[in-house]
Amino acid sequence: MSGKTALSRARFEERFFGVARWIVIAFLAVITLLPFYYMVLLSLKPIDALLLDPGSLWISAKDFTLSTYRDVLRSTDDGGQGFLRFLLNSALVSLGTVVLTLVAAVPGAYAVSRLKFFGHRQVSALFLAVYLFPATLLAVPLFVIFAKIGLSSSLVGLAIVYVAQTVPVSIYMLKNYLVTIPASIEEAAALDGCSRLQTVRKVILPLALPSLMATGLYVFMIAWNEFLFALLFLAADPGQWTVSLGLAQLSNGIEVPKTVLMAGSVVLTIPVVLLFFAAERLLTEGLTSGADKS
Amino acid sequence: MPTAPAGAPQRRDTSRRSTDPSGDRSPAPGRRPLTASRRANRAGLAFVSPTFLVVLVVVVLPIAWTVLLAFQKARLVDIQGMGLFGNWSLDNFSQVFDSAGFWSSLGTTLLYTAGATLGSVVLGLVAALALRKPFRGRGLLRAAMLLPYVAPVVAVAFVWEVALSPQYGVVNDWGRRLFGWDDPIAFLSTRQYEVDLLGLHFDIPLALLTVIVFECWRYFPFAFLFILARLQAVPDTLEEAALVDGATPTQRFRHVLLPQLMPVIALLCVLRFIMTFNKFDDVYLLTGGGAGTDVAAVRVYDFLTARYDVGAAAAQALVLALSLMILLGFYFKFFGNKVQEEA
Repeated sequence: MSGKTALSRARFEERFFGVARWIVIAFLAVITLLPFYYMVLLSLKPIDALLLDPGSLWISAKDFTLSTYRDVLRSTDDGGQGFLRFLLNSALVSLGTVVLTLVAAVPGAYAVSRLKFFGHRQVSALFLAVYLFPATLLAVPLFVIFAKIGLSSSLVGLAIVYVAQTVPVSIYMLKNYLVTIPASIEEAAALDGCSRLQTVRKVILPLALPSLMATGLYVFMIAWNEFLFALLFLAADPGQWTVSLGLAQLSNGIEVPKTVLMAGSVVLTIPVVLLFFAAERLLTEGLTSGADKS
Repeated sequence: MPTAPAGAPQRRDTSRRSTDPSGDRSPAPGRRPLTASRRANRAGLAFVSPTFLVVLVVVVLPIAWTVLLAFQKARLVDIQGMGLFGNWSLDNFSQVFDSAGFWSSLGTTLLYTAGATLGSVVLGLVAALALRKPFRGRGLLRAAMLLPYVAPVVAVAFVWEVALSPQYGVVNDWGRRLFGWDDPIAFLSTRQYEVDLLGLHFDIPLALLTVIVFECWRYFPFAFLFILARLQAVPDTLEEAALVDGATPTQRFRHVLLPQLMPVIALLCVLRFIMTFNKFDDVYLLTGGGAGTDVAAVRVYDFLTARYDVGAAAAQALVLALSLMILLGFYFKFFGNKVQEEA
């Protein structure tokens, strides 16, 4: 009797979760895709169409317009919002951050993953602990320092701040990858007469290329999406705004239609999403490497 | 953290010394050759020092300065002429603790953080379980599900703002059509929303709830990624054995999968808790800190930019960081082993 009830319970559960699984999958697809679909949709219609029928989830052929994008991208001299300029600023800051962060993080990650040196446990703990400090705590002194040395509205200053935000994560990601490269490869290089520096440059870095790219991509994402420090440091100088800041300021502007705002959102989102889809597998593996050990 | 096995560096270095006398640190004539461990020590310090320097300059020193500033009366205009060790006082802290909003803001922050952490990890777990077995289009869906995490916060915050708007938002429009809402609901500016359910009267902190839901939505992909990665490393034999023993799906989850996932879930909870506790941009962009969503990080920003009161902002940030550390201290005291296993 009890065996029979257990069996039917098992069968019931199998069936229940079989159905529930698909419901969950559909739900997840809807909540992740719908907001982005909505964003693109609104950016392609005139504001009147939105106000007339806010619930509509499609767009009729006669409403379709690209004028919102023209408005957002055109330079301010031509009466637009100058987002091309902001895109360029963002690209400069993000790429600069990626380069600086990798230069700063690679040697440290290598040392922590490979070499036993005095205090290596403490240093590795420090790198992780730094990752836990709040951005707001850093914001106060950096705000003051930058105001003092006149870096407060420069893209270089912003890139330096972003390095502070990204170095700890990068070390963590790189380290997780480097420990998977067998030490015997380095021994072989040493036997062939490579010094430690040569080994790193000629053997380890090429092998770690996927991880370098994944880390670089993640850093780029963080720098591209960052908002607080851009707001703190650049708000006074519209020529230096990043896209995130430009969009936030646009929303404060009076009489900017929401459809134009959505076009700005699309413009801000597209580069980072394209980059992400191009290297999705790389990024997910880079982020989670080390998560699957028991 | 796995490091190289204890024996490895020595072995590597001795082999090099014997075959490569002109190696990177060949000993000066007359001096005793360095031992292998000392060489590794030197190389390690040399490699770590550039990184250490960067972290020191851009992270550690600023934080140390925050601590100093918190004990000084410092407005942005005074700072030019101020020495590093000016007049010490506890004024900033008494100001922080006495100000009307502080304790309620801390409470709000805690509620927000706990809700968002729990929500995003649970949703991530459910998502990982649902996407565990392969099906057509799984890779595509997995990539799409990371969109909220990858997309810039400013863009997604505006989409939510527009979608939830009482005037032109799609949510209110559909709410009226499908559920017959009489009045549009201002999700992001309603402090208390009155609900009558089965004759009972509730007040719901609606704006805060909306912000929490946003945070869950934005960060569940992060939890999903880590849990899925761990899930796929669970050996099949474990579950097959349970299946043979006649365990039902819930039993297999409870007794086989969950113990395997616990370390990564614990780590995720800690990470998300820390991140959310200090979260600024999401709340600032959605509500500006109004309608009962005055989380502590937004208050720091207000001190800094509205009043240019650097000392008070520093004190507030420091109190925030300390409260976080105390909370984490409790956590590690009770659940520490699991997390350390993972980290």
